Amino acid sequence: MAAPRIIVVGGGLAGLAAVIKIAEAGGSVDLFSIVPVKRSHSVCAQGGINAAKNLKGEGDTTWKHFDDTIYGGDFLANQTPVKAMCEAAPAIIDLLDRMGVPFNRTPEGLLDFRRFGGTLYNRTAFAGATTGQQLLYALDEQVRRFESEGKVKKYEGWEFLSAVIDSKGVARGITALDLRTMELRSFASEAVILATGGIGAIFGKSTNSVVCTGSAQSAVFQQGASYANGELIQVHPTTIPGEDKLRLMSESARGEGGRVWVPRTPGDQRPIKQIPEAERFYFLEEWYPKYGNLVPRDIATRAIHKVVYEEGLGIDGQPMVYLDLTHIDRATLNRKLEGILDIYQKFVGDDPRDIPMKIFPGMHYTMGGLWVDFGQMTNIPGLFAAGECEYQYHGANRLGANSLLSCIFGGFLAGPNALEYARNLPAPEGDGGHAAEIARQAAINQQLLTSEGTENPFKLWRELGQTMTENATVIRYNKNLRQADEKIVELLERYKNVNLSDKSQWANTSFAFARQLKNMLELARVIVQGAILRDESRGAHYKPDFPARNDEQFLKTTKASFTDSGPRFEYEEVDTQFIPPRPRSYDATH
Amino acid sequence: MATKTVQFEIKRQASPDAPAVWENFELAWRAGMNVTSALMEIAGNPVTSHGCQTTPVTYDSNCLEEICGSCAMRINGRARMACSALVDNLDQPIRVEPLSKFPLVRDLQVDRSVLFENLKAVKAWVPIDGTYDLGPGPRVFPQEQEVNYPLSNCISCTCCMEACPQFNEATGFVGAATIAQVKLFNNHPTGKVLKEERLRALAGDGGIQECGFAQNCVEVCPKRIPLTNAISGVSRDVLLQKAKDLLGR
Repeated sequence: MAAPRIIVVGGGLAGLAAVIKIAEAGGSVDLFSIVPVKRSHSVCAQGGINAAKNLKGEGDTTWKHFDDTIYGGDFLANQTPVKAMCEAAPAIIDLLDRMGVPFNRTPEGLLDFRRFGGTLYNRTAFAGATTGQQLLYALDEQVRRFESEGKVKKYEGWEFLSAVIDSKGVARGITALDLRTMELRSFASEAVILATGGIGAIFGKSTNSVVCTGSAQSAVFQQGASYANGELIQVHPTTIPGEDKLRLMSESARGEGGRVWVPRTPGDQRPIKQIPEAERFYFLEEWYPKYGNLVPRDIATRAIHKVVYEEGLGIDGQPMVYLDLTHIDRATLNRKLEGILDIYQKFVGDDPRDIPMKIFPGMHYTMGGLWVDFGQMTNIPGLFAAGECEYQYHGANRLGANSLLSCIFGGFLAGPNALEYARNLPAPEGDGGHAAEIARQAAINQQLLTSEGTENPFKLWRELGQTMTENATVIRYNKNLRQADEKIVELLERYKNVNLSDKSQWANTSFAFARQLKNMLELARVIVQGAILRDESRGAHYKPDFPARNDEQFLKTTKASFTDSGPRFEYEEVDTQFIPPRPRSYDATH
Repeated sequence: MATKTVQFEIKRQASPDAPAVWENFELAWRAGMNVTSALMEIAGNPVTSHGCQTTPVTYDSNCLEEICGSCAMRINGRARMACSALVDNLDQPIRVEPLSKFPLVRDLQVDRSVLFENLKAVKAWVPIDGTYDLGPGPRVFPQEQEVNYPLSNCISCTCCMEACPQFNEATGFVGAATIAQVKLFNNHPTGKVLKEERLRALAGDGGIQECGFAQNCVEVCPKRIPLTNAISGVSRDVLLQKAKDLLGR
């Protein structure tokens, strides 16, 4: 029998990790990506990757990493897969090291580690402040090697449109759009792995890349895949507000000693350096003496909100606070953080080695995603998911430097599992559903290209982003969330009236965007309605009207499924067999 | 008070065979504006400064923070990343064109896959035994990491190739980016087992001898990669390899 063909969609860390495992085990891979895989969003990850290698003599263990991750996620993550991930982490770092990732080193030539949020240990391996880029390149190079051996075929510049599902509900391949020729095609495979990343574009401006629309996840959600914990959205405490996006300012800035503060006097007009220490409010250090500036992201984000909006202490009355590195010597900063300091300097103009950075929270990551079982398979047989597009490893809040780990770990699981599944798969009846799915997609395309309405998709998208950012990020009220849902329904209605200003059939980016937009709108409802239903506060999900965590009612995974009248919700028990849930609080002094 | 505006001239071409035309746009100025945010704004309201309805501009972009390498184009004649091209630092009208040394797809989008093919040709990877748990990698001292890390920062934007007078169809030159990757992998304790193959791949036509030391590459590299330094080092290694191969015949 010929080697099974597996389709992997997405060429970020999770996708490439899956590709490598499949190719190594003798499978063949068709790899689909909107952008050349080396340009995937994983390159934006900055600070590092966690693994309890205990190379600093602190007594760190994989159990402590597991406990920090579960506690940091406010107990919403299933514990079995998280435990497995933390146990696998040290070997994953070794592998990356062998692949040539230029990790920072100790004088003895060993891996260096730094501290990150939500832990008291130096557990984060790093390559300057461009760790995601370096990790992605290492995997990209291995995939290029397999490609040159004929084991991997890349379809770069193709966008996933849908899964092909046979009469028994089993995934048999995908349909995709060639973004250059606009050709619509279906591709057969014995299993499909989605590794399509984040959903930042649903919030308009975020730290995510342009391709992170969640369109692929939403497409399969609309085809019957369950979507879990959609309401759990991480807002990163330190981003650089910009015209086109919110640029990430890595947690590693605080890991290396960066301090967050505002002047104690509102509107203090003195030059920054003349504000004496006693008149600076280091609010994270005062409120959270044990973790200080390295509290988890949800905690830091709410603290910044409080200082700005409740205490009116934003710099010059603006929604901004200082992130200060100026007390650290330039050589150290350049050795450990140069990449991110350059970004700040390039886009803002000030040198953060001399002048404290001005930052503010911004949408960053979705903890929620496609529901998968512990083997990374969705509820559609043959359809797997790995990386940010699935929900499994971070509970209600992700710890910094755990995302790169969960991408690689998830990909390493999904690849071999998909191959194993494919080897045991009986042949499909008939054409496996390919003709019907092509016809369905062709009809959607035709409808879009001939629509004679008045709505510009880019403008609808701005309205969506504004609605989501205002109502479904840091602080949530049911009344506002309901208004947001109504707004999304209105946008879905107006979407029917879309008129593309470009109807050509060659490299038509507005056409591709309009297709993504429909999927963004459908997924936005899952986020907003899931948030309405979760009447508690847990991790990143915070409702002032329900300020406490409510384990009795909500220590549960939210599971949404698609119906024509909107998402339908059910709840699933969380696996808490190893660590009994305990109150989560970072304000203790020791 | 009149609102401050920004003038753009953008080169448009609907397909590789279509004629190129220039279109002018006038946008309201906003603080922190960059070329990519201007292109996004045009997509939301594709009307030229003469009031003509047009189409959104096709261009590559992704991360918008100069790390993915997508949005390279010629801005006021210089190859650079559009995301980090801040409007306030540019002379107006801002002239935006596609890179000229690569096959045009549409508008500002070009096909730069030649770079990825070059990386295959020089085997730009570390040939590991497998992905199973084989323990830690080789020791690397901080001094070595500090040499290799900058080389590993190459974002494959191809600005160095666009700016190079030798990078053209006549020479078939691989360009500086690929040569720097050869240096990176030849430096690696495991990667260097393929050193001779990489050097031989750079020994023939289109190889390293095509470099004319114009030094434009380092000038335009957005990541300040020491490209000329890498070329000198690899150039020497290629010559040594040629001599060795000749003597060993």
